[in-house]
Amino acid sequence: MSGSPLLEFIQQTINGLTLGSIYALIAIGYTMVYGIIGMINFAHGEIYMIGAYVGLLVITVLGLFGVDSISLILLATLAVSILVTGSYGWAVERLAYRPLRGSPRLVPLISAIGVSIFLQNYVQLGQGARDVSMQPVLVGGWRFGPEDGFQVYLSYMQVLIALITVVSMTVLTLFISRSRMGRACRACSQDRAMANLLGIDTDRVIALTFVLGAALAAVAGVLVSMYYGLVNPFIGFIAGLKAFTAAVLGGIGSIPGAMLGGVVLGLAESFASAYLRTEYKDVVAFALLIGVLLVRPSGLLGRPDVEKV
Amino acid sequence: MRRALPEALLAAMLTAVLAVPIFGLRIHVDGIDVSLDRTLTPVVVAVVIVFLLRLFQGPLRAVWTRTRPPAAWRNPLADVLRRTRQQPRYRALLWMLLLIAAVIWPFTASRGAVDVMTLALIYVMLGLGLNIVVGFAGLLVLGYAAFYAVGAYTYALLAQHYGLSFWLSLPVAGVLAALTGFLLGLPVLRLRGDYLAIVTLGFGEITRLLLNNLNVLTGGPDGIGNIPRPTLFGLEFGRRASEGNATFHEFFDIDYSGEHAVIFLYLLGLALVVLILFVINRLQRMPLGRAWEALREDEIACRSLGLNPTVIKLSALTLSAAFAGLAGAFFAARQGYINPESFTFIESAMVLAIVVLGGMGSQLGVMLAAIAITALPELAREFNEYRMLAFGLVMVLMMIWRPQGLVPATRPRLELPERAEPTP
Repeated sequence: MSGSPLLEFIQQTINGLTLGSIYALIAIGYTMVYGIIGMINFAHGEIYMIGAYVGLLVITVLGLFGVDSISLILLATLAVSILVTGSYGWAVERLAYRPLRGSPRLVPLISAIGVSIFLQNYVQLGQGARDVSMQPVLVGGWRFGPEDGFQVYLSYMQVLIALITVVSMTVLTLFISRSRMGRACRACSQDRAMANLLGIDTDRVIALTFVLGAALAAVAGVLVSMYYGLVNPFIGFIAGLKAFTAAVLGGIGSIPGAMLGGVVLGLAESFASAYLRTEYKDVVAFALLIGVLLVRPSGLLGRPDVEKV
Repeated sequence: MRRALPEALLAAMLTAVLAVPIFGLRIHVDGIDVSLDRTLTPVVVAVVIVFLLRLFQGPLRAVWTRTRPPAAWRNPLADVLRRTRQQPRYRALLWMLLLIAAVIWPFTASRGAVDVMTLALIYVMLGLGLNIVVGFAGLLVLGYAAFYAVGAYTYALLAQHYGLSFWLSLPVAGVLAALTGFLLGLPVLRLRGDYLAIVTLGFGEITRLLLNNLNVLTGGPDGIGNIPRPTLFGLEFGRRASEGNATFHEFFDIDYSGEHAVIFLYLLGLALVVLILFVINRLQRMPLGRAWEALREDEIACRSLGLNPTVIKLSALTLSAAFAGLAGAFFAARQGYINPESFTFIESAMVLAIVVLGGMGSQLGVMLAAIAITALPELAREFNEYRMLAFGLVMVLMMIWRPQGLVPATRPRLELPERAEPTP
């Protein structure tokens, strides 16, 4: 770790932003579901893991057919992954959560953790427990800095991740703020019973929330499998935990909060693994979660949780 | 029927979309060669089954409701059991009989069976402990194995570094685990209960990471070995005693047998279970125990009656963690060797499955479920591969069909004299 501290800092910022984009994409799924039905969807990390597997699978299939255009691979992978993962999001909501609507708080939480355990082992049964790796699709990047010293490296993949994240976020924000369904979503998150009285099909809105969350998790999964080229059935567990931390950090229930929280968490983790020990980067994320809950439980952009009788 | 066909087609298509990428195609990596294995048979079978079930959903449901026995005599045995359990006198008698049977049993059973039952007793302890937070207080704890680990490592380290005996370490393990639970709950429990689930999930993961990485203290992934077995008032159960000690068989002047140690461990575990049961049953009738359940039912009502929710939740978590600590110390003593692999998320999930299956808040149910879940893999080895899959599925299905568990908790209540029910 020699060289200019400034360049080193810039490098870690780039890495942190990349990681943070991924967390932000997953965190939105948590925050939207929590905002509307007030439940932590523990299975969301597993949905992301399935997205990563599907991404890898599609890239492999396209590779066997000899397709090598980056944009085609990217589009096809994203489309298939969003379709499959969205179906998982819908099916999980329909089978495991909808029958439990209106039961005590603990009941859907246990069901969710059950789904999470089930999906993890289901994928393990289908695809094996070992790491699956592949050749990187997009290689290369830019280097900045002195020829002989520490150089800042910005890979094409990192730029791509940032780009796709920004595009997805923009599409989501437009959807939520402009479309009819988006307005229904916002109405439900403010007062579900009232929205229902006014003729909004809340069950459909909830299903849509799960599908949207799963689609963004699929985008994150595809990007991760292209970035690291490594997937196993257990990646969803820790990623889900981190993304939930990001959602709490930004203020759970708030979509811009989840984006901000993801980026902050990514940066914190990147700096922690650079300036502390790499093994402790998970500990840092967790400490951040406890810290936020202690100091500002409503998060950076969230509103305080007022319970009405 | 006319609407059933398109719906069935849709369901079949959805099943195909869900199953093909996970089960139909499998990435096969061999060095740098990547190929795809295609196994489409199970997918096709699943799609056909879903299609048929969805198509004939209406008729099937009609058959199901017609063949179901009427509610009045659905389960006479359960009815008798329920009534017995509600009579305080029979209730005490039932528990006494169970206890006597449990004490006599190891002297008649084989050594292997006693060993498995000792393991089951550890899960009974864990199940009863987790039942306090999940069943009584209604808070989800997903990192219970962390408290279990604190107990186990406390005994192992105290024995290794300071030569402390099991009996001295046991309370220390309980207190340290309780302290961990207290410190973890302090920031979290001021908020809505849901946060506890995710924080304990994270805490469980961090504990495992720390155990793996703090090599100087915990021995890292290699763990700690040579943990001494518990003694009976200083009497050891080995063939030969270590210096300055006597052995059990010499003291009582009987022949040495390896079974003594196994039976002693079993009885020790049983004693711990009885202790935990006793404490819980007393607490349950005290204002504190009543407050746990009241809080689970309605937090706002509790607060308006002047109860402090944070303190009550915190007490439940602390006590629960203490019991996990005791179980952990006992586990370390039984195994003689511990490493971080024994304290993964799978362990926490298994204990949660025990509580959910047995019935949240039901002590008898939790104990039966603990024994069943520990004994099942011993009976059917091939079950092991699908164990976690089954646990996940069981949790979901139980929540949908029978959230109160297989042996639901009985609430103390006033029985009105029975009146002849009008037959429906």
